[in-house]
Amino acid sequence: MPAYDVLIIGAGLAGQRAALAAAKTGATVAILSKVHPVRSHSVAAAGGINAAINPLDDWRSHAYDTIKGSDFLGDQDAIEIMCREAPAEVMWLEHAGVTFHRNEKGEMDLRAFGGASTKRTAYVADITGQALLHVLYEQLMKYHEVIDRFEEWFVTSLIKSDEGECVGAVAREIRSGKMESFSAKSVILASGGAGQCFQPTTNALICTGDGIAQAYQAGAPLMDMEMIQYHPTTLAENGFLITEGARGEGAHLLNSEGERFMEKYAPNKMELASRDVVSRAEQTEILEGRGVGPDKQGIYLDITVVPRKRTLEALREIVNIGKDFAGVDITREPIIIQPGMHYIMGGVKTDINGATPLEGLYAAGEVACVSVHGGNRLGANSLLDTLIFGRRSGEHAAERALAMKMPTVSDDQLGKDREMIAEILARPKTGRRVSEIKHELGTTMNRYAAVYRDEAGLQSAHEIVRRLKEEAKTAYVDDKGAVFNQDVLGAIELDYMLDCSETIVMAALERKESRGAQFRTDFPERNDAEWLKHINVSRNGGDVPTLSYSEVTITDWQPEARTY
Amino acid sequence: MAEFKLKIRRYDPESGAAPYWDEHTVDLEPHRSVLEGILQARNEKDGSIGVRCSCRAAICGSCGVRVNGKPGLACHTHLDDALASAGEDGVIEVEPMGNMPIIKDLIVDMDAVHWKKIQRVTPWLIGKEPVPEREYIVSRESMIDVTQSMACIQCGACVSDCLSMEVDPLFVGPAALAKTYRFVGDPRDAAHEQRLKDLGEDKHGIYDCTHCFKCIEACPKGVAPMNQIMRLRRIAGNDFHIKDRNNGERHEMAFVNNIEKNGILHEADLLPDSYGGKFHPRAVPELIASLPIVVTALLRRKMTPGKALLHPHKAPDGVKRIFEVVEGREERTEFNLYISGTDADNAPNPEVAEAIEAAEPAGVAPDGSEGSSA
Repeated sequence: MPAYDVLIIGAGLAGQRAALAAAKTGATVAILSKVHPVRSHSVAAAGGINAAINPLDDWRSHAYDTIKGSDFLGDQDAIEIMCREAPAEVMWLEHAGVTFHRNEKGEMDLRAFGGASTKRTAYVADITGQALLHVLYEQLMKYHEVIDRFEEWFVTSLIKSDEGECVGAVAREIRSGKMESFSAKSVILASGGAGQCFQPTTNALICTGDGIAQAYQAGAPLMDMEMIQYHPTTLAENGFLITEGARGEGAHLLNSEGERFMEKYAPNKMELASRDVVSRAEQTEILEGRGVGPDKQGIYLDITVVPRKRTLEALREIVNIGKDFAGVDITREPIIIQPGMHYIMGGVKTDINGATPLEGLYAAGEVACVSVHGGNRLGANSLLDTLIFGRRSGEHAAERALAMKMPTVSDDQLGKDREMIAEILARPKTGRRVSEIKHELGTTMNRYAAVYRDEAGLQSAHEIVRRLKEEAKTAYVDDKGAVFNQDVLGAIELDYMLDCSETIVMAALERKESRGAQFRTDFPERNDAEWLKHINVSRNGGDVPTLSYSEVTITDWQPEARTY
Repeated sequence: MAEFKLKIRRYDPESGAAPYWDEHTVDLEPHRSVLEGILQARNEKDGSIGVRCSCRAAICGSCGVRVNGKPGLACHTHLDDALASAGEDGVIEVEPMGNMPIIKDLIVDMDAVHWKKIQRVTPWLIGKEPVPEREYIVSRESMIDVTQSMACIQCGACVSDCLSMEVDPLFVGPAALAKTYRFVGDPRDAAHEQRLKDLGEDKHGIYDCTHCFKCIEACPKGVAPMNQIMRLRRIAGNDFHIKDRNNGERHEMAFVNNIEKNGILHEADLLPDSYGGKFHPRAVPELIASLPIVVTALLRRKMTPGKALLHPHKAPDGVKRIFEVVEGREERTEFNLYISGTDADNAPNPEVAEAIEAAEPAGVAPDGSEGSSA
């Protein structure tokens, strides 16, 4: 059985950063991922990474913008850490080789982004996530002697000891079908978000909430699960992301009357208000009949106001996306967009060092909820979150590991997981197809747990999810083989998504107010007296989730009315 | 909606059976991608179809395949375009990429080839010392310049159809060499010369490319790997004067001098010039070794004794002028995708831009300069 001081699950930015940080302490490290690391969804982050590196800027200003963006649900101690450590982290990335865009003086250039009070976003054209992910992978290749990589290994369970600590994971090598237990002193979950619970979504097909569900099944609490970010600019055609960088460079949003309608909703920040505010404004325009496009379900994003040379140099990827996926030259005509599911603010509850309440288990990145994003994440804060808390959890997990001896791990869980897979393979063709259930789940969530929510809709979503959970137990697969059986993995992913969806809907039902990304038409106001608190969901051994609350940490910034 | 016929190359390593074609009809809008076609077949008909995919938006690089024999991303190929390039039967053929072993169906072993080659080129920045407290101060253009090779998503499409790699499987190859330019073009890297010496001296390195352009055609991200390889050669030869043992640098110079003198390629000179001239001691064994080829060329009338010995063609003034202009420049101008457009492109109003386009031939701005340049 492979044994490591630190076992990292997921190899996007958070996982890779954690691996590098843990290895630096001298700990033995393995990083395990169901896809090759550069295929991780961090690759799709476009716009940039926030850090107060301009000498005229201040990390406190970044912190305040983040807190206001979170609609005061973010934990301020964690936000302070993230914003204070951001400049050094970005310089570390630069020294590691990230080709950040420069200004005329040769210094790092900064672009404007939503919800920020100044230009604070460092970037590489509009492929920032890709540039960061590939540079971190360069570092993994550099340190290949001290970091073992298990690429295309799919985790089926976390392993718990008799004392209730997390001591490893069971995984399947996708290429061979071989199952293996990994023992570890500390385990870090860095396996990303759960966007595939929704359809459409900007998220990749791999974003199926694996880590969130694995931690939940192992008994760790989830937090802020109701907070689902709808990005204001996703391609109406197919849900692809159009970077906020476009609005950062000056692009306008227009309704069917050619109006820059953001004047009505956010007169100061206009198109660069927080994402929840812009998405809601767009949805309101659409609902009131001022949408554009064949079914009036879209909004125009007009990038032609940005100088063409600048667009070609700094927004090249969306020029290509416009051309290839919508047949539009964005430098010459507006493109039709709409709000689309993009990010989950919630996740596995952690402290400022990435430690979850389940001893031995850490989490970082989108899978985690520190909470630095609270009710709404600012654009270009997610890359920062993955790196800061990836590094911190790597350091702390290693520190913990170096002070203890290797736990003895039995193969009990391995046996159970083998049986679970054998059971899926043996299902008769009498049930529904996995893809069918997944599609119903996605459209249900996108209908009832979207920009606007209410009690009745969320109740129906809850009933449907409970029914789908039952149906998933008999969902059959065609592929019975061992080599690259993606079919059986799809069935396991479906279970992960159903767990995530259930907790999302339950938390959204519970929060009877409107804050950040959660807008309840039946409770349209923010209610600090009753709801300035996190909602936690945990399984506690049973199949039915139980809810509890935890306090929001407030340091210097008291809640205030939120206008842009 | 429209119906498309997809023929997917299937291979199940556990069955013991040979690869076979598996045909499915899918119903999708014509501008949807081949990947969406494959996924529809997988979701609705046969869940065992193996294909790597994730982002669906040509950014994660998972779904490299061959569509109708051409390499690319399945998610980046429209069904109607694929139909247009299909055979007479109107069936779109999807196969796994080439030059890499097949694991199952459309899934190839990228570790065995692609990633090994990437690891070969020391693929990380060796930063200049001392490391500054803040960022390295470097020119704006230099960072935009390397962004072109940074745009590589490691999909393997270029590796799939690299002809040099087909002949020499040890060739470092287009993706890894484009990755090399990402460091050699990066002013923060301290090891430009060592990198170039390493890959110039390697028999399977920068001089192993045969300029076939296949990788440029294959690349879905405009990285143009061959261009990056040529830039590595120019920097190795012109800037660092690295005389490699493969004679690569001399061979390059032989081409350049040959054209400067003759205007068109005078092949008979190429070989001796690549080895220091007809009478150079190193050239003699090479010339003798090439005699069978010379004889064959003469017999097939590809060459005549007169053409071989005399120089019937002299470079016209136009060619000379090109050499004067290019060599007279203080800095080499290189083509790069990210540095494009002119200031005229800064006209924000699309109607103005359209009016200009209507009035002028495509690609020429009002001041007569080229619409896009290096």
